[in-house]
Amino acid sequence: MGVRAGGRTNPPTWQPAELVADRWENQATRTLILDVPGWPGHQPGQHVDVRLTADDGYQAVRSYSLAAPADGDRVELTVQRVPDGEVSPYLADGLPVGARIEVLGPIGGYFVWRPDETGSTLLVAGGVGVVPLMAMARAWRGAPAEPLRMIYSLRSPDLLCYGDELAALPSAGAGVLLAYTREAPASEARRPARLTSAEIAGHGFAAEEAPRCYVCGPTGFVEAAASALIDLGHAPARIRTERFGPTGG
Amino acid sequence: MAFSPGFHRRDREREAGDRLPPGQYLTEDFPVLSAGPTPRVDEAAWSFTVETETGEQRSWSWAEFMDLPQERPTVDIHCVTRWSKFDTTWQGVRVDTLLDGLDTAASHALAYSYGGYTTNLPLQDLIGGKAWIAHTFDGAPLAREHGGPARLLVPHLYFWKSAKWVQGIRLLTQDQPGFWESAGYHDYGDPWREQRYSWA
Repeated sequence: MGVRAGGRTNPPTWQPAELVADRWENQATRTLILDVPGWPGHQPGQHVDVRLTADDGYQAVRSYSLAAPADGDRVELTVQRVPDGEVSPYLADGLPVGARIEVLGPIGGYFVWRPDETGSTLLVAGGVGVVPLMAMARAWRGAPAEPLRMIYSLRSPDLLCYGDELAALPSAGAGVLLAYTREAPASEARRPARLTSAEIAGHGFAAEEAPRCYVCGPTGFVEAAASALIDLGHAPARIRTERFGPTGG
Repeated sequence: MAFSPGFHRRDREREAGDRLPPGQYLTEDFPVLSAGPTPRVDEAAWSFTVETETGEQRSWSWAEFMDLPQERPTVDIHCVTRWSKFDTTWQGVRVDTLLDGLDTAASHALAYSYGGYTTNLPLQDLIGGKAWIAHTFDGAPLAREHGGPARLLVPHLYFWKSAKWVQGIRLLTQDQPGFWESAGYHDYGDPWREQRYSWA
């Protein structure tokens, strides 16, 4: 949840969005590349409401984080299939390229990364919570001014999103830690385990630097990571969080 | 051309029928929504305060609060992020009990929380058995991430009005927008009228 924003004064309205291309991030996660004529632009961290309409007129709406910085009429969402979900299985498997959905947005003004804000940035992702943080990292990569580090906790290699791009981030000057919790690739030196407070300390920034911290993931992960940051001395006001439940999507 | 070809309603939402407000879906889980870290509030240090527009105050310690008459509401709850959960069971103190006998001409209230969160409501929506300060969910002490030790419970409005980690209620003679209400969300938040955003 968050605030409206997006550099315009007119309230958002439902807009048609055509799926013009897609990309599978892994076997469960599809990136939708949508063309939204007249899209007003957005900030990294914001989301959109997506509306689906059935033949009988029934409508279902869910929020999805924007996966990429503003780029004209082009809007990218990354959707992980929730097996029992109402909307995500359709977006992952049912929506054909060339078909349209409706979007409302951008929405959210609190969990937002602004390039002109000063200070280092720490991004802490749990699972598919990486999506809005990737939008931030991509925006940062466009004009890397202040330091950025990302910590990405995920269960296993078959759920990795944006693998190639994350591998290339260090060459742009960003620190990236992939923390596999259950199963890691053979090349990975770190043993599969939950992300620890020591790792957050080691791969993040010192509290004295007062970095902007963004934490996104399932509730339990966000609780643990945000709590660890506070124990490390980070001010609660510098920690912005976005949680999602194991539900519905 | 139609939107989302091939999309169908699930049985779950079909069966929920009129009990589900527009634009909501039914969940069995209890998702969490907070803008920042979960505040740490110890019951030993906890207190709850009601303050009128003239500055008259009442406060309760945890022990005093638990000695007040308790109720066990079973209610449906609706989050602005579109999940709804039916038949949630709580235990807590009716807000009427806390305001009983206070001399006030207030029209509105601002609930404020440990951690700095605020949310505003018309006073009418807090009285008449429509709102509680709840400390128990589903038979167990309210988990911290869900607002423990105690949260406001106002089930007839979107759930961001049910302030987690609630610390007190300030009675006001005029409306004063809270955290989300100052940030693009609706001032009142009626799920049956889909009052999600300020522009709605």
